Amino acid sequence: MEQENTRDKDFYWKLFKSTFLISTFTVGGGYVIVPLLKAKFVDEYHWLDDKETLTLVSVAQSAPGVVAVNAAIIMGYKMAGLRGAFCATFATVLPPLITLTIISYFYSFFASNHYMQIVLKGMQCGATALIIQVMYDLLKKQWSKKVAFPIMITLGTFIANYFFNFNMMYIVLVDALIGLFLLQDKKYE
Amino acid sequence: MIYWELFISFCWVGVFCVGGGYASVPLIQHQVIELHHWLTMPEFLDIFAISQMTPGPIGINAATFVGTKVAGIGGAITATVGFVLPSFIIMIILAKLLARYGDLGAIRGILNGLRPAVIGLIASAGVMFFTLAIWNTQKIPTNLASTDLAGLLVLAAAFIAVRKKIFGVIQTLIAAWLLNLLLSFIIK
Repeated sequence: MEQENTRDKDFYWKLFKSTFLISTFTVGGGYVIVPLLKAKFVDEYHWLDDKETLTLVSVAQSAPGVVAVNAAIIMGYKMAGLRGAFCATFATVLPPLITLTIISYFYSFFASNHYMQIVLKGMQCGATALIIQVMYDLLKKQWSKKVAFPIMITLGTFIANYFFNFNMMYIVLVDALIGLFLLQDKKYE
Repeated sequence: MIYWELFISFCWVGVFCVGGGYASVPLIQHQVIELHHWLTMPEFLDIFAISQMTPGPIGINAATFVGTKVAGIGGAITATVGFVLPSFIIMIILAKLLARYGDLGAIRGILNGLRPAVIGLIASAGVMFFTLAIWNTQKIPTNLASTDLAGLLVLAAAFIAVRKKIFGVIQTLIAAWLLNLLLSFIIK
């Protein structure tokens, strides 16, 4: 995991810039940033592959803290060691820090301004399109492998989270246990 | 010292906030309202409203908001660093463990169980965001008359642009933002 510690300046600048912009345009908090980082790092820059990314997000998901920040930390670390982790974390945290500091002074203006609402709406639509693209891509690849168990886990997790609103922690725990006891075989990778 | 208190408070939230999303809310409420009286309940509820429409996870937003309120920009930075630091340490340790023990059968099994789960969670976020953008609800829309046609158009255009690789990730976000602004002048 530490083989990639020697990255050039250009890499860090790209990493910082893209993470910063994604974090800036990701409205609504939480899980949204995960597919956006995936779209950028995996599909556009090819710094990571699908499987690595899903593994890293699994770990980010299971640890304390905010998933968005955890995911940025561990992806940054995987790509460029401690410096990468630091760079990605800083870039993720900076936009909300700046926006919120400004907004905390102008809250009432912000909450009622018509154009502000339109601007936010536009960002939301763009982010949604990207999430759907990542989702479509991952589901298609998974389906094409034709292995029943992982497909059932994806479906079950979706239903538990979307329709039943189960606590994320329990969902993750159940999926981890299913994996531990039933999915150790190579064919489930 | 107020900075130290902010730092420790949000460190504590960072360590015990397990389960993602809004899991941090009761913890922050405990620290910020009940323990330290830094905010009142209505002020605390404002943070939610703001978090719904600004970038960033609610934990970071709350840290910034509380920090600014209590000790200005220095306070915002202190609280945010406090909140992120435990995550940083834990993630680096986990990444190192993963590199060393990732090949063990048990760990492989767990990860094989979790990877498809992540796909399911991404799908769940995707559907929620879709209905939120078009019908302004996170659940299955019941009132189809409230469909936001401009939003639907922007979304479709953005999707095609990404799918056909016309735009990259950042360009798509900015283009969607501009197109929606443009449409808002045309469709009233």
